Amino acid sequence: MAQVLPDERELRRVIGDGEGIPDGEVEGLDESDLIELYRSMVMLRTYDERSVVYHRQGRIGTYAIFWNHEAMQAGSVYALERDDWIFPSYRESAIGLLRGMPVSTVLSWWRGHPAGWWNPLDYNVASICVPIATHVPHAVGLAWGKKLRGERAVAIAYFGDGATSEGSFHEGANFAGVMKAPAILFCNNNQWAISTPLSAQTAAETLADKAAGYGMPGARVDGGDVLAVYEATRTAVERARSGEGPSFIEAVTYRTAPHATADDQAAYIDLERVEEEKRNECVGRYERYLQRLGVLTDERAEEIRAEALERMREGIAAAEAEPTADVDLLFRNAYANPPSSFDEELAELRKLLRP
Amino acid sequence: MSEKLLIEAVNDCFHVELERDENVMVMGEDVGRAGGVFRATAGLRDRFGADRCVDTPLAEAGILGTAMGLCMAGWRPVCEMQYDAFSYPCLDQLITHVGRYRWRTGGAMDFPVTIRMPYGGGVKAPELHDDSPEAYYAHTPGVKVAIPSTPADAKGLLASAIREPDPVVILEPKLHYRTMRGEVPEGEYTVPLGEARLAREGTDVTLVAYGSMVPLCEQAADGLDGEASVEVLDLRTLKPLDEDALLESAAKTGRVVIVQEAPRTAGFGAELAAILAEKAILDLRGPVIRVTGYDVPYPYWQIEDAYMPSVERVTDAVRKLLEF
Repeated sequence: MAQVLPDERELRRVIGDGEGIPDGEVEGLDESDLIELYRSMVMLRTYDERSVVYHRQGRIGTYAIFWNHEAMQAGSVYALERDDWIFPSYRESAIGLLRGMPVSTVLSWWRGHPAGWWNPLDYNVASICVPIATHVPHAVGLAWGKKLRGERAVAIAYFGDGATSEGSFHEGANFAGVMKAPAILFCNNNQWAISTPLSAQTAAETLADKAAGYGMPGARVDGGDVLAVYEATRTAVERARSGEGPSFIEAVTYRTAPHATADDQAAYIDLERVEEEKRNECVGRYERYLQRLGVLTDERAEEIRAEALERMREGIAAAEAEPTADVDLLFRNAYANPPSSFDEELAELRKLLRP
Repeated sequence: MSEKLLIEAVNDCFHVELERDENVMVMGEDVGRAGGVFRATAGLRDRFGADRCVDTPLAEAGILGTAMGLCMAGWRPVCEMQYDAFSYPCLDQLITHVGRYRWRTGGAMDFPVTIRMPYGGGVKAPELHDDSPEAYYAHTPGVKVAIPSTPADAKGLLASAIREPDPVVILEPKLHYRTMRGEVPEGEYTVPLGEARLAREGTDVTLVAYGSMVPLCEQAADGLDGEASVEVLDLRTLKPLDEDALLESAAKTGRVVIVQEAPRTAGFGAELAAILAEKAILDLRGPVIRVTGYDVPYPYWQIEDAYMPSVERVTDAVRKLLEF
């Protein structure tokens, strides 16, 4: 059972600290589930760490780091069914890996190559939303549209603390409440929007408080605790599926890495705090929990890490092997019925590009 | 055929298209119980249910944003923006997602959303009920824009927009919702996107217009009868533009006056003038002239007539061009 503290302002947690706070467990998860969750987290962690390296090597472009956000992504996705829809922001760029998307696809996206554009219907994962919070209404609309069709799918939208200041968040949340959309608004509150701390983002005591204004429950969980995230999401999914409507989840963590590879957080963040948070990062916390439970051996952990690394090696190789995109892709996908001028423009461009 | 007001033609289109395709739904502020503030959606809620004619919260970006999600769930939403200038919050969704999402999926998914709104002035309304925002929409890649000027086109273009796999924005001339009657075909009726209409044939000068400026140009043409033979080209669709029709008419008359209600700078008329400069320069016997609104906020209605392009201003432009 999760330690759901009576005061919901506290963060729900399941994983103890190996000292004063005892370990809990989540009903319904067996050993293979626990290992599967670990595998997801390791995959995401490996993806993230390798991507920073690939960026430094000039093999991918600017990259939005999500180190220490893995528990939120892996835990929440594990509570979904395959038919449920995921609406990621750029912070969840690799979340499709948990749905079988090839690593090369996501790397291609960060390489600015058209091979990084996927068909959302293949994975029930929407395109990466780059502007802040504007995908929240998309998730709500999809959830509402599925409900109108009598389908049971739910939708989850991921966004950060800064996104809760955007109009689109509020409009989406309000629609979700009014339409009783089977949607989950998942806020990864890492307490920083580039250089703006949460205290400069809102005067609300908690972000979960905002849920009340839209007639939906708001839960606060420890975003570094994959099991607490899983359980909170599962509750929200059950609520959505049973027709009771949307939920808001505020998962609280700390952004230990810069916003992106182009950012230097030394200019604004307390680096001592960062070091402290890093010591409590989510993958290590879960690993120690599994070890205390006796579920994960060092060999098994090593095997899982090796698998993830291998997937990355294959992924970057495949992404780099993509042939240069043809310029007709400039024109090809913008319209189902493109204007006739595109043909002329492409022909003219080809003439000039010909060596 | 039957004679209908322009707004009745819009309403007729909805009844036909919602009957024809059960994936079509209408959403917007006051479109359900009230049937729309102009009654464009009257009777739809009773006939097709509250799930297919949805009264939404008052949130234009939310309307268009959720419509994108509805498309992903297989719906063909038609969003009403209550007024031209109330549509601006939806530009966020339009620019960042509506025109891009298909491209972003590598062409795998269509977003058959229609956005329609009453536009334009001349109705003695409060501030921000009078704008002509077509340039904002036409400038956005991935989005098509149509503006009918007659009841039949209001029905036919809307039907095409609803059936189109690409996002389409339709601006309807609110001035003529209840002041213009015309013959409208019964039942299913479409007017293809991208085809202009020669509203009036002439040989000396072409007036190029769309929406509420078309009848104004026809009036100006009437007034010039005996003095000049004036052709009136109704573009009907701004994007994709019927460039052939524009160039053909320019070649025929050699003189073009573009009439646009929107402010002048970077308006759609500037695009038309640029096309004529690029492709019709040798056909032209004088400069391309624009008659437009001024580069000011749409005025207080007591002096709005001075802002609107008038028959006098159009006639004056034609005479200047003929004398060039």
